[in-house]
Amino acid sequence: MRKTVLDIDNLSLEFPVYKGTVSAVNRVSLHVQEGEIVGIVGESGSAKSVTAMTAMRLLPSESFRIRSGRITLLGQDMLALSEQKLASMRGRDVAMIFQEPLTALNPTKKVGAQMLGVIRLHTKLSEREARLHAIKLLTDMRINDAEEILERYPFELSGGMRQRILIGLAFACSPKLLIADEPTTALDVTVQKQVLQLLRQKARELNTAILFISHDLAVVSQFCDRLYVMYAGSVVETGPTREVLGAPKHPYTQALIRALPESAAPGQPLRSIRGVVPNLTDMPTGCAFRERCDSAFEACSAIPPLFSLDEDNRASACWLCEKEHAA
Amino acid sequence: MQYLNVIRKRLLFLALVVVGVSMITFAISHLIPGDPAMLVAGDRATPEIVERVREDMGLNKPLPEQYWIYLKGILSGDLGTSLRTRRPVAEDLKLYFPATMELALVALMLATAVGVPLGVASAVWRDKPIDHLVRALAVTGISTPAFWLGLLLIVLFYGDLGILPGGGRINPDIPRPPTITGFLLIDSLLAGDMTAFTSALRHIILPALTLGFVHLGVVARQIRSAMLEELQQDYVRTARANGLSRRSVIFREALPNALIPSVTVMGLALGDLLYGAVLTETVFAWPGMGAYVVNSIQALDFPAVMGFTVVVSFAYVLVNLAVDLLYMVIDPRIRSVN
Repeated sequence: MRKTVLDIDNLSLEFPVYKGTVSAVNRVSLHVQEGEIVGIVGESGSAKSVTAMTAMRLLPSESFRIRSGRITLLGQDMLALSEQKLASMRGRDVAMIFQEPLTALNPTKKVGAQMLGVIRLHTKLSEREARLHAIKLLTDMRINDAEEILERYPFELSGGMRQRILIGLAFACSPKLLIADEPTTALDVTVQKQVLQLLRQKARELNTAILFISHDLAVVSQFCDRLYVMYAGSVVETGPTREVLGAPKHPYTQALIRALPESAAPGQPLRSIRGVVPNLTDMPTGCAFRERCDSAFEACSAIPPLFSLDEDNRASACWLCEKEHAA
Repeated sequence: MQYLNVIRKRLLFLALVVVGVSMITFAISHLIPGDPAMLVAGDRATPEIVERVREDMGLNKPLPEQYWIYLKGILSGDLGTSLRTRRPVAEDLKLYFPATMELALVALMLATAVGVPLGVASAVWRDKPIDHLVRALAVTGISTPAFWLGLLLIVLFYGDLGILPGGGRINPDIPRPPTITGFLLIDSLLAGDMTAFTSALRHIILPALTLGFVHLGVVARQIRSAMLEELQQDYVRTARANGLSRRSVIFREALPNALIPSVTVMGLALGDLLYGAVLTETVFAWPGMGAYVVNSIQALDFPAVMGFTVVVSFAYVLVNLAVDLLYMVIDPRIRSVN
């Protein structure tokens, strides 16, 4: 049995807002095992990023409140650690890359200075060794003139180049987990493919697990071993990628797949999911998706559906599935 | 190379400013009622004498010619002769300018040394008590008239407590160090004269505080908003995700970038301080350009007032040139554009 790298157990999170609170994350359970690539998919506002950033405790602590749950990263209780201990884990045991490579590097520092700063923070390497390590990381990211790139400022480089630098840097200390928050969304499609390949290659080499956040089902279907589908702050379906996308059980996952441009017949209008994601300050009772769901029935408005993993890590939070089960 | 380009552009601009300012001062001096010739000739002069003085001063020549003479003078460093002190204005200003510059620089240093940390603290602990305190202090600073604050400080530290001098640049009983830079603080140090240095330092505290207090608020507010903006940037999040400590994120990542726009504000502040010194210098009997120009205005001493205006405009443009060059040193993005 592989070791569990990240275990989020029944996490609920709320943000204080003007007049009251918003429940952004509702009883989310999620785990990532050693070397595994796990995807989180969902529309904007489904709390994918918030969940991931909470795993690293990156949100400013005064901006949210944990209502319940536990986050265990490499055996450490992330909700109990001191800021100092957290900082020493970030970048070393767990790294994160983000959506917008153009702004993710400090604009007034050379790439080399930024990379060396992080490398030397977590290792005992000398200036020269750290430099060699940085060059190796960049070369592994298919950056040929790595030595010269170290002397460049971020604004002199393309978005794809900057994202490769950030990915290289994320792997600097061979982290056990890399959280990738839509790392290719801002890149054009050809660059996207290359970046994903490099990401996977390096992760396999270092046995780094990836928690991959995306709204792009096509990317996720090729990239991830396992999936979590999130909707309005909750996980609605999970399982191996092929099963979740090939035989979706939850009406939301089914609707997402129907909404893919590829699934529309030529000449026919594209399909979308009617309605919008409910306002988090004004969530419907019962199932969060029921107002947009074609198969909703009485049970859906009463209580939120249950969510329980079966032995294959497969689950769907929907009363329909429960009904089928019972029948 | 790129620096040279900026300098060249700015120097061209400087020439334009000099022409513009000289035109304005020249026009004003001819528009204001009051006849300099009569002023120079005195109350009891006969019309013939007044006429002769007018001729001596060149005031009977056509206006364009008068302006041409004036402009040529400025370009060769001749700002005319003061009607009040009967000395070349350039000589007078050379005497008083360093005193003003010294005061303005010390005031700016005070404002920066206190304003930057306050601004950073205010941004880092946003909406906490320290933030409210700094913001209140900033508004107080910006809205306090310098002459009033100056008087208040004199009453307190000189009048009541008697621990600081109430005016002047240095104790008149102490022999002055030889003039090298014109800045007493530096000259006395260069001469190794600690008595003079201490005295000069004690004299500059109150006027510099007065003058600096206004800009303290400006600097603190500027740094606060720049820091708040930087702390929200993606690269700060990256730095945190890479394990940089809170202190490193604030001081090594965000602050240097937040200081970039502040350089402009400080350049402008230095310009303001040169002008703003006028009132403060009067209150503290500081022998600088401010006191000189106030006396000149009262004496209808046109050449002196015009000379002052030209010199300060000059200094203003030079400060801005320095700011532009500084920008290029600290911000690689600007360096690459130029």
